[in-house]
Amino acid sequence: MSERQLHLGVFFQGVNHWTIWNAPQSGSQIDFSSFRRMIATAERGLFDAFFLGEGLRLRESGGRIHDLDVAGRPDAITQLAALAGLTSRIGLVATQNTTYNEPADLARRLAGLDLLSQGRAGWNVVTTDNAWTGENFRRGGYLDHADRYVRAEEFLTIARRIWAGWEPDPKALTALTTQFDVEITPLVPPSSQGRPVIFQAGDSAEGRDFAARNADVIFSAHGSDFTDALTFAEDIRSRLRTAGRAPDALRILPGTEIILGDTEAEAQEKARWVRLHQVTPATALAIAGQVWGLDLTGRDADGPLPTEDPVVPEETGEMGSRRWQDRHAIVRRWRETAEARGLSLRETVIALGPQRGHVGTPSGLADRFAHFVREGAVDGFNVSPYLTPDGLDDIVDRLVPALQDRGVYRTGYAGTTLREHLDLPPA
Amino acid sequence: MSTFHLAVELDGAGAHPAAWRRASRAPAALLAPERVRAVVQVAENAGFTLATFDDSLLPPGGVGPVARIGAVERSAFAAVHTSVLGLVPVLSTTYHEPFHVSSQLASLDFAATGRAGWLVGTTADPAAARAWGRPLVEGAEALRREARDAVWVARDLWDSWEDDAAIRDVDTGRYLDRDKIHYIDFVGETYSVKGPAIVPRPPQGQVVVLAPAGLLPARLADVELVEGRPEPVTAPRPGLRFVELEVLLDTPARSAAERLAELDAHLRWEPGARLRYAGPPAGLVTLLTELAGVADGVRIHPAVLDEDLPELSARVLPGLFRGRIATRPVPGSSLRSTLGLGRPANRFLKTVR
Repeated sequence: MSERQLHLGVFFQGVNHWTIWNAPQSGSQIDFSSFRRMIATAERGLFDAFFLGEGLRLRESGGRIHDLDVAGRPDAITQLAALAGLTSRIGLVATQNTTYNEPADLARRLAGLDLLSQGRAGWNVVTTDNAWTGENFRRGGYLDHADRYVRAEEFLTIARRIWAGWEPDPKALTALTTQFDVEITPLVPPSSQGRPVIFQAGDSAEGRDFAARNADVIFSAHGSDFTDALTFAEDIRSRLRTAGRAPDALRILPGTEIILGDTEAEAQEKARWVRLHQVTPATALAIAGQVWGLDLTGRDADGPLPTEDPVVPEETGEMGSRRWQDRHAIVRRWRETAEARGLSLRETVIALGPQRGHVGTPSGLADRFAHFVREGAVDGFNVSPYLTPDGLDDIVDRLVPALQDRGVYRTGYAGTTLREHLDLPPA
Repeated sequence: MSTFHLAVELDGAGAHPAAWRRASRAPAALLAPERVRAVVQVAENAGFTLATFDDSLLPPGGVGPVARIGAVERSAFAAVHTSVLGLVPVLSTTYHEPFHVSSQLASLDFAATGRAGWLVGTTADPAAARAWGRPLVEGAEALRREARDAVWVARDLWDSWEDDAAIRDVDTGRYLDRDKIHYIDFVGETYSVKGPAIVPRPPQGQVVVLAPAGLLPARLADVELVEGRPEPVTAPRPGLRFVELEVLLDTPARSAAERLAELDAHLRWEPGARLRYAGPPAGLVTLLTELAGVADGVRIHPAVLDEDLPELSARVLPGLFRGRIATRPVPGSSLRSTLGLGRPANRFLKTVR
């Protein structure tokens, strides 16, 4: 393949306020038919992968169940094993935690998914240390923050040995590490792609090094701004060299949201509609409440920002408790923005929310993405649809053909495995 | 009289430890997705109510290559290739995380639109503790304790979301009604679980729980699996009773006795506590008709799936349907309703709102 190719994945999110549940076309977040519909669209669009997230405790805010966002989703591997039976090409990637799983069980579940899908399984490796999540598990919150990547790496090393270690006559492998003392007999032979593809999303220096050593795909947060994406990609490539891996041994697929319109103006209008449905008045108050460390329930979201000083609460596993580190600085910035632009609280939340991705026409975005991929800033995108289950339709029907016209997107699946789709070296 | 339920165990090549020698496919193909699909479709077409899938994290016994995909994954894959068959994976309670077990089974119930069950397993082999890297759970009492707690936790978690917890209230901006989602606050002897579930309440409300007789306290299992000939029922009892039955049939080519001798030459199928039938299909129809008088159902363990399942399908189940001993599950039914169990009320539901 002479020209660098763009890879697309879809991330069925399922827990945050970026999934619009309050529009007439918002479908079920849990019915199997929603997943079936979305993965069929993605496969029609020749996507590399369908991606499921995971969170092992229902989100809370202020010590209570967070009630403003979509929540409640299936176990990823179970759901993907079912979807494997309805698809034939698209990769199936499960987010799974290394802290509250054990290698013998999880490596086998993933290997089973890999065989049932004939070489299409992937594992997005995530780590957790918080005791709050641990309250749902036998060992409780046992892991120190400093050890979460240690455990993840030891876990992954054992998983790889399990995947490589199957023999017709049972042969146990033993591992004794800082985190594990196990003796495991591999029960599942390798699939046609050898082993599941490893995804990783850590963004800290530690997380990036972990990915550079271990991952086949990095699911980054750096895909909106070209310079930011390129800087990230160069950083990863440098870490790959340090880890002794080839610069093209890993694919970089930032998560992104894509909002399309026939014209630039229509796309902007659509983006406005999307943001207002994502950031409802209640959600705006909740987000501002996290920044301020105050319960702002009942205030007017269309009024001004709170006049109080922010309160710095104790860090828990709750949403937002780690995200807003320097509250005073953030509040200062929010006030400056609101004042300068005459924005209400809700408008400020929207204006200063994270850059979510790309807004434009199909041809405009196809040009932009072709540039991103040709310059090596990304290998593709993991798209988070803002609507379930139809959120991919216009991307597949309109953006994909525009990318194909530019020669940066496949016109058919060349291989059958996820590893082949991603153009990764053999495992 | 209520109908007699027909369950079938579909793990591997069959119940005989040398079954794979007679399988119509090469050993490697036993794990292929087409094989999983073909076997469940034969079972569904035959008219079975539910299929169980045995499992363990340890190598299965018997002779032949050691390989097995997890039962939950096989069941989920089977869900999209079937429409009325109940799908019941074995999940062990001894070392697994009850929180994960609960999520996996609830998810299977969504994928199978209300046809999921759980055959509660225990793992006595110390090798399992080594594989999990967990302290050994030793002795029958400890195994029963872990089974009881895991089922209790799973049942609490399935109910931790009320059916209508996702309210999508646009005016107040609330997707969930948090009053309809409950912490379970389970505290057992060896661990605790806070909850609530991360998966909403499954379509059946509660996934159907099957367990070996005597493993769980009364009412924690929906279906008990009985080894040996059951005592006639003298007093009303909660739940259903299925008899475990190993089956090896005459085929058009060879008698059951010839088949057994040939299989046993590889590795003897030691008789255990379970009933076993070897002989012509008509004799099995007679035996099942008798058992219908003392039990609510049977779980058949075919000796060789590729040989005995077609015989069951062609020459045994039709006789039971003809004689109105058993009925095929009705399309669109949940497993619970096929079994006559009804949809349970939510344990967290306040009687007065």
